[in-house]
Amino acid sequence: MSGTVRQGKNVKPAPFRYHRARDLEGATALLAELGDDAKVLAGGQSLVAMMNFRLARPAHLVDIAGLRELDRLGVGADGGLRIGALTTHHTVETAPAHTLGAGFDVIRDAMAWIGHLPIRTRGTVGGSIAHGDPTAEWCLLAVLLDAEFVARGPGGRRRFRADEFFFGYYTTALRPDEILEEIVFPRPAPHAALTEFAERRGDFALVSCAVDLDVDGGAVRGGRVAVGGVAPTPVRVPGAEAVLAGGGSFRDCAEAASLVAPAGDAADSARYRKHLVRTLVERACEEAMSR
Amino acid sequence: MNDTNGRSDDVQLLTLHVNGTQHEVITEPRRTLVDVLRHDLRLTGAHVGCEHGICGACTVLVDGLPARACLMFAAQAEGAAITTVESLADPDTGELNDLQRAFTEHHALQCGFCTPGFLMLAQGFLARQPEADREEIKEIVASNLCRCTGYQSIVEAIDSCARTRRAQRAAGTEGTPPCN
Repeated sequence: MSGTVRQGKNVKPAPFRYHRARDLEGATALLAELGDDAKVLAGGQSLVAMMNFRLARPAHLVDIAGLRELDRLGVGADGGLRIGALTTHHTVETAPAHTLGAGFDVIRDAMAWIGHLPIRTRGTVGGSIAHGDPTAEWCLLAVLLDAEFVARGPGGRRRFRADEFFFGYYTTALRPDEILEEIVFPRPAPHAALTEFAERRGDFALVSCAVDLDVDGGAVRGGRVAVGGVAPTPVRVPGAEAVLAGGGSFRDCAEAASLVAPAGDAADSARYRKHLVRTLVERACEEAMSR
Repeated sequence: MNDTNGRSDDVQLLTLHVNGTQHEVITEPRRTLVDVLRHDLRLTGAHVGCEHGICGACTVLVDGLPARACLMFAAQAEGAAITTVESLADPDTGELNDLQRAFTEHHALQCGFCTPGFLMLAQGFLARQPEADREEIKEIVASNLCRCTGYQSIVEAIDSCARTRRAQRAAGTEGTPPCN
């Protein structure tokens, strides 16, 4: 063992107090006490980057990584996939078939789109959902597949549906003293797929699209279509879903989806994003059908 | 119950396990793992590039898995086994390990700034996926940025190392064992 080292400066983030949570109750009580100046630290793959830029300057960090009971993955008796909030993306992508369960391949395959391996080994499912990035793969999957979230606060548990959880850019229904405990995907989605486009592999997606088809006897009876990167949260596209329910082609479904009227920004024009939605929805439909 | 380590302008005592050695470090909570490795432990192999998780120059292994040392506070690494590029060469003779030699043989570096990150990325990846093919290696090296050599020679180096290790395993004559 080497001697104790005393350090110099060389820091990027603003100062904060570091708290290591020993249990969920203690963590939520501490968050309640600290108020708005505290942030929950899970894998840190978004938060630490934001702190390095000083885009985030929390006065307190409550590190919940030690709450190992939140690192779990499995299919419940009801057939739903239950994911503990601290499960990493890498754990999901490498989960054995019997753990992830039949019909959740869309979730496993979506992991490859999340950053890169060294990000996925640290980043967590709950962290991604709580961060609420509008192009995040987990947020899109949750909206597509009607995921349910369980959060723990000082007053007990609260449950949310994905469609009532995301309020806008990086804004969710979670209170500052609540911690996500579990993410539940209630039913298998054997004919679902997610695809996206980024300027460089692993970057934040410009547009991400996911579909979940209802297939019966080899024919499409309907389905869900969700798009990320066109609004402050991932959105379902009822117009495109109506095309699927009415027996329309994937091309027509994609055309209808492109009417979500994405806003352009510095990175690209609205027209380009519309083109991406059209292309990606059709691609996702074909991939979902081929499963 | 919670441990509260220090005030905002205060320091905390950390115990880090790096390359099989236990270190005690007194540092501010806001110090990232890569800063503590470089400035406190003087392990300057892991480089600081972008400091927001894009470039991968700071890649180390955390419990055997590649991770960005700039996207972790050192406090988060307590209790984990950290492996840096300094662990690859033979500690007594300084002889490079097989992966490092493959990088040399295939000209997989020019300025060398990104090299420690690529080495640790490949080291962690091949330990998990020794059967990785070229396509998988291509996919994995997209994690890190190289701005002079280009990726072709890096892919060749990693592929060559993986092949040699497989051949040695098949022959039952392991050469330089993969670290960790």
